[in-house]
Amino acid sequence: MEIEDPRPVPEPVHLQMPPPESGLRPASFVKPDLPLTDPAVLTSPTMVQVERLNLFYGQKQALFDVDLKVARNSVMSFIGPSGCGKSTLLRCLNRMNDLIDDVRVEGRILLGDTDLYAPGTDVIALRKRAGMVFQKSNPFPKSIFENVAYGLRIQGESDRNVLAASVERSLKSAGLWEEVKDRLKDSAQGLSGGQQQRLCIARALAVRPEVILMDEPCSALDPIATARVEELILELKREFTIVIVTHNMQQAARVSDHTAFFWMGKLIETGLTEKMFTNPGHRMTEDYITGRFG
Amino acid sequence: MSRLTERFRQGGVFVWFSGTLLAFCLAMILSLVGYIVAKGMGYFWPSPLVQVQTTEGPVLGEITGHEPARREETEKIQFRVGNRDIYGQDFRWIPTAELGQPQYPKDALLIERLEYGPFIGRIASLSREGQQFATGPAALAEALQRLPEANRQRHHIQSIEKGEVGDLNRRIEKLRLSRRKVEASGDAAAQQALEAQVAALQTTYDQLQTSLETARAEAKAWTLNLQTADGKVKEWPLGSVVRVIPANDLTGLGKLGIYLSRLWEFVADDPRESNTEGGIFPAIFGTVMMVLVMSILVVPLGVITALYLREYAKQGWLVRAVRVAVNNLAGVPSIVFGVFGLGFFVYGLGGSIDKLFFAESLPTPTYGTGGILWASLTLALLTVPVVVVATEEALGAVARSQREASLAMGATKWQTLWNVVLPSATPGILTGLILAIARGAGEVAPLMLTGVVKLAPSMPLDGTFPFFHLDRKFMHLGFHIYDVGFQSPNSEAAKPMVFMAALLLLLVVVLLNLFALNLRRKLRERLGGSTF
Repeated sequence: MEIEDPRPVPEPVHLQMPPPESGLRPASFVKPDLPLTDPAVLTSPTMVQVERLNLFYGQKQALFDVDLKVARNSVMSFIGPSGCGKSTLLRCLNRMNDLIDDVRVEGRILLGDTDLYAPGTDVIALRKRAGMVFQKSNPFPKSIFENVAYGLRIQGESDRNVLAASVERSLKSAGLWEEVKDRLKDSAQGLSGGQQQRLCIARALAVRPEVILMDEPCSALDPIATARVEELILELKREFTIVIVTHNMQQAARVSDHTAFFWMGKLIETGLTEKMFTNPGHRMTEDYITGRFG
Repeated sequence: MSRLTERFRQGGVFVWFSGTLLAFCLAMILSLVGYIVAKGMGYFWPSPLVQVQTTEGPVLGEITGHEPARREETEKIQFRVGNRDIYGQDFRWIPTAELGQPQYPKDALLIERLEYGPFIGRIASLSREGQQFATGPAALAEALQRLPEANRQRHHIQSIEKGEVGDLNRRIEKLRLSRRKVEASGDAAAQQALEAQVAALQTTYDQLQTSLETARAEAKAWTLNLQTADGKVKEWPLGSVVRVIPANDLTGLGKLGIYLSRLWEFVADDPRESNTEGGIFPAIFGTVMMVLVMSILVVPLGVITALYLREYAKQGWLVRAVRVAVNNLAGVPSIVFGVFGLGFFVYGLGGSIDKLFFAESLPTPTYGTGGILWASLTLALLTVPVVVVATEEALGAVARSQREASLAMGATKWQTLWNVVLPSATPGILTGLILAIARGAGEVAPLMLTGVVKLAPSMPLDGTFPFFHLDRKFMHLGFHIYDVGFQSPNSEAAKPMVFMAALLLLLVVVLLNLFALNLRRKLRERLGGSTF
């Protein structure tokens, strides 16, 4: 039997960029000394702060000197071509990269006041503060109720009433309550794809995280289910800070307050979404957004 | 030529080839099962009794074999003549040339007895306490009428002997052991109290014996006067008769009734006559019990080993070496495990347990001798590689997204394993268990060294406290086949028993597997689809 390699498959980067000698590429493209940052981001209170982050898979460097801030109660989307490091960065935010052998991280990430990569950080406690929703919905093969209650159960909560209240609140927040309230005991795998993804969101919400990390949450969903999840993201923003990785430009434009554009492991530009999509400060951003490459 | 190469290229030839091989395998399996069924199932069907005239006088019996003429040997027919107590043997070969016209006398009887195998002949008369009661056909009718009552009495006596008397014996033995302990301590008062208890038990025992004696005497009151075809006479108590079969005077329905009653006796009764007659229930029970105990032992052992190898150990040359060693364990001849079980479990572990906890009954061993616990442990060791390999594969097949989902919720590695990975891997683990059962249930060699006996006085599970006796020796179908077929004094007569026991062993393995398969199917349904 084939055993799944835990490391993500590096996706080949196919860029139809003009060759360097054409002179079209700006100087900052090669090594952005300072990403273009909108001052508005810097003025709101910061939830996540990434400082000069370098990440290596063995010998291969996957992230280069990333500096980034995510404001509280905002939605930040990461865009960029496949293999640009946006998912890698997202997985740094709850240290899911720890599961991969041979990963080395340099630099600093602050979640609130906690330095994530400081020695002695309690990774388990940290992951409770940064919930995650994955590309493919992955409910456990348990009942709907048990899926949502899972986070509290592993924290040792066994009071039926507390669990039931938490499940109801989380499912309501995820907009799933009306659809499943009569069949909480049924298997979660009987739900539709979109419902499953919202269940996964409810599961992440149940432990009341500060940040919700979403790794292409709609890439496997049909347009209607996608619209529902997008509405949900806008609602959740009131309570949580959301970081979302997406391949869908329209989605980034629709749901996010701020956008960060990555290319080849480097953060090229970050700023208010509106500005990024209408008047990008960087030639590469414009090329990518308008679909000229990527 | 080109058409042939074209066919090869398209692979049609290989489809045929593989299909043929599959058909061949199926045919082999079917013929194996079919042979066993044909040889075994026919055994209980009453066959007609043939009477022939030979130069040495009349011979009455079932025809069981035939040998064609070969070189100087003439054609011969094998008769099962029974009456071992009279003739000294059950079978006779008679040359066809000597045979006269075969006859099927209506009054010929096959009488199954508790001893000496069947009697084949006729009932001359029936007596009660030495007084003739009936003769001829009337005696047969009377005997058939009284037989059920006689059988009931016999079962009653047997159940007292096995149950109450056995129970009393055990209690007296227990008291004897505690007296030994007390003697060593020198407590006179306690000694006297024990003494009194023993005396009380002894009285009950004597009373039981008296009532048993009366019952036995009563059972002996009715006797049959039997007569063989060549005129020899034998007196036989009705209480020791199992069945009277007028083999040539049976309707199809009557034959079916006898067939079913014999089949039921075989499945549900204790063996008689050094296992060549009666039933094999204790062997079935022992086999199932042993497989269950083995399963209970092998699953945690294998699963925990696989969990460590797959999830916790750093994957390096050491883990690879351990994996190879575990896989090689599956290839070690089973008798080697038997020797290990005898040396390590029985003498080593068992001996130490005896010294520590059962010192008062030494030198009689309690755990320091073969028993169902040691046999099951040995088999668990034998089958653990199968479970380890299956579990490792099942763990590897659990979707990475499931683990990530759990870890991202802030679950520890252990919580993830326990709550998410192991439940998803359970069907795969059960696959391992099914393979282990298939291997373990059919194993005989290691059991012979670690606790199987040809006749166990009591079952590993019964009504006496603590109900489940891990130290007891037990019977096993596989060993039973070997014992009856090759170690019995009358293996010719026991041959069909071998096939029946083999058939039952197959059935037991199939049923145990079906049970595990069903369990796996249910789990899979609950998990909602899995790769296994």
